[in-house]
Amino acid sequence: MAVASTENAIRSSNFTRVLVYLTLLLFALFYLLPFGIMLVNSLKPLDEITGGNMVALPQTWTIEPWLSAWSTAQIGVEPTGLRPYFMNSIMMAVPAVILSTVVGALNGYVLTKWHFRGATIIFGLLLFSCFIPFQIVLIPMARILGILEIAGTTVGLILVHFVYGIGFTTLYFRNYYAAFPTELVRAAQIDGAGFFQIFWRIMLPSSGPIIAVSCIWQFTNIWNDFLFGASFASGDAAPMTVALNNLVNSSTGVREYNVHFAGAIMAAGPTLLVYILAGRYFVRGLMAGSVKG
Amino acid sequence: MAATDAGQGTDADFRTRLQNWLPKLVLSPSLAVMLIFVYGFIAFTIYLSFTDSRMLPSYGWVGWQNYERLFRVREWDIALTNLAIFASLYIVICTIIGLMLAIFLDQKIRGEGILRPIFLYPMALSFIVTGTAWKWFLDPAIGIENTMHLWGWTSFQFDWIKDRDMAIYTIVIAAVWQSSGFVMAMFLAGLRGIDNEILKAAQMDGASNWNLYRRIILPQLRPAFLSAFVILSHLAIKSYDLVIALTGGGPGNATALPATFMYSYTFTRNQMGIGASSAVIMLMTIAAIMVPYLYAELRERK
Repeated sequence: MAVASTENAIRSSNFTRVLVYLTLLLFALFYLLPFGIMLVNSLKPLDEITGGNMVALPQTWTIEPWLSAWSTAQIGVEPTGLRPYFMNSIMMAVPAVILSTVVGALNGYVLTKWHFRGATIIFGLLLFSCFIPFQIVLIPMARILGILEIAGTTVGLILVHFVYGIGFTTLYFRNYYAAFPTELVRAAQIDGAGFFQIFWRIMLPSSGPIIAVSCIWQFTNIWNDFLFGASFASGDAAPMTVALNNLVNSSTGVREYNVHFAGAIMAAGPTLLVYILAGRYFVRGLMAGSVKG
Repeated sequence: MAATDAGQGTDADFRTRLQNWLPKLVLSPSLAVMLIFVYGFIAFTIYLSFTDSRMLPSYGWVGWQNYERLFRVREWDIALTNLAIFASLYIVICTIIGLMLAIFLDQKIRGEGILRPIFLYPMALSFIVTGTAWKWFLDPAIGIENTMHLWGWTSFQFDWIKDRDMAIYTIVIAAVWQSSGFVMAMFLAGLRGIDNEILKAAQMDGASNWNLYRRIILPQLRPAFLSAFVILSHLAIKSYDLVIALTGGGPGNATALPATFMYSYTFTRNQMGIGASSAVIMLMTIAAIMVPYLYAELRERK
């Protein structure tokens, strides 16, 4: 790719190049500023925000807003801070990510290496399920969670995210395994290897990248989800996004902007960290979910 | 293992049969889950949209009455108009910015490795975080307007978020901020896939840069344009979190979208039948865009 771009056939004048660089830098600023300013203001005392300039650096630096957002801020009715909800999100996301990735890997393996009639239709149905507006399942889902007695719990949310994550994870593994040489699988079969043996010994060892893509995509989606969290777990089991929204929109008392910003950065932290550490896989996941439909 | 193969024929037989069934057996739980939780639920919601459900599902058949009432509700009208404004601006602006950034980044830019992740990182954030940041940015009392005043530009006015007629555009701004980098990534992947030899040949023939882009490069990006359109319209129709975090649907219900309409009618106003019918309309709209696209993609890859 680097080679291709150095051979780029487009030549342009110096003036255009300056213009191009300027535009790119301006947009970099546009993307960075909201988050950057939020970060700076989360380290200011409140009176510097309400009485001062948002782009100014703090006169007194303080981590008080961060401590408050984490452990004492009022979320809903209780002054618990965001910590318990952060934990809720972890407890929700980790099992849901693992479950949906394991099932997606097995599905992708079956759909590509064990052809049977109707496989394409099944895949088509799974694929469409990735793109439904979730409003269409909210009402029956609320009923089912109630019947299973897991409404308003983290277990309920794990189930929901697992169920609606299978489509995407299957899509990833199917596309990935489709390029995997089927001859290897057939050869192992002739040698007497069984279904799970082949999966375990032959498919899995070369699945590293797609496992990363699937886990990162699922984690980002589940962590960032708001609709399911708000619909099915708005109380003690609420995930981070719902708690953040409650914190920001609580109508009582003074609006503690600095605390809100600290909370927002906490809510953004895990997915941002994953993006910084493994951005390559994140982008691949986005692309696989779009261009390759 | 060897023993079973040699001695017990029926056992080996069973094993082979099991091996033949295993793939289907492994796939079947997912299939069942999908048929119930996706397609069964869709059927149930469609059914509810023809019933007199209020606070709880109820099974009195009322025919098309919910749909007739839905289209007479003023708020639904507002939600649809807002969606039309939001979706078209969101798609067009994201595409323009994304394409421009991709083309610019493709000019042997130094520091591309730093710029690209900066353009794309908002996509990793929750819409609630984006909403929290922009809500404050757009608040005239402490955000951009206030900053401009403090810098001496006292006549500067930017209070769209408080203005019933302009609030929907603030949602466009925040949504474009979040997604335009993603569109850039799609176009950049498309640009990098174009054969440089063709471009060089065209340049040899004396084609200007402008013509090169217009005649050769942009037409080759057609698949990327299509994907961007499909993904963005799908995101636009589903938009819910951002509205809730940024404006809460307000001022009044000036920024209501179908997704917020569905939620409020179903869960806070106890009009489940109407809520269900609005969800069905959302599904139909998305299906009209996604099904042909997915169908074409699936066929292409066979």
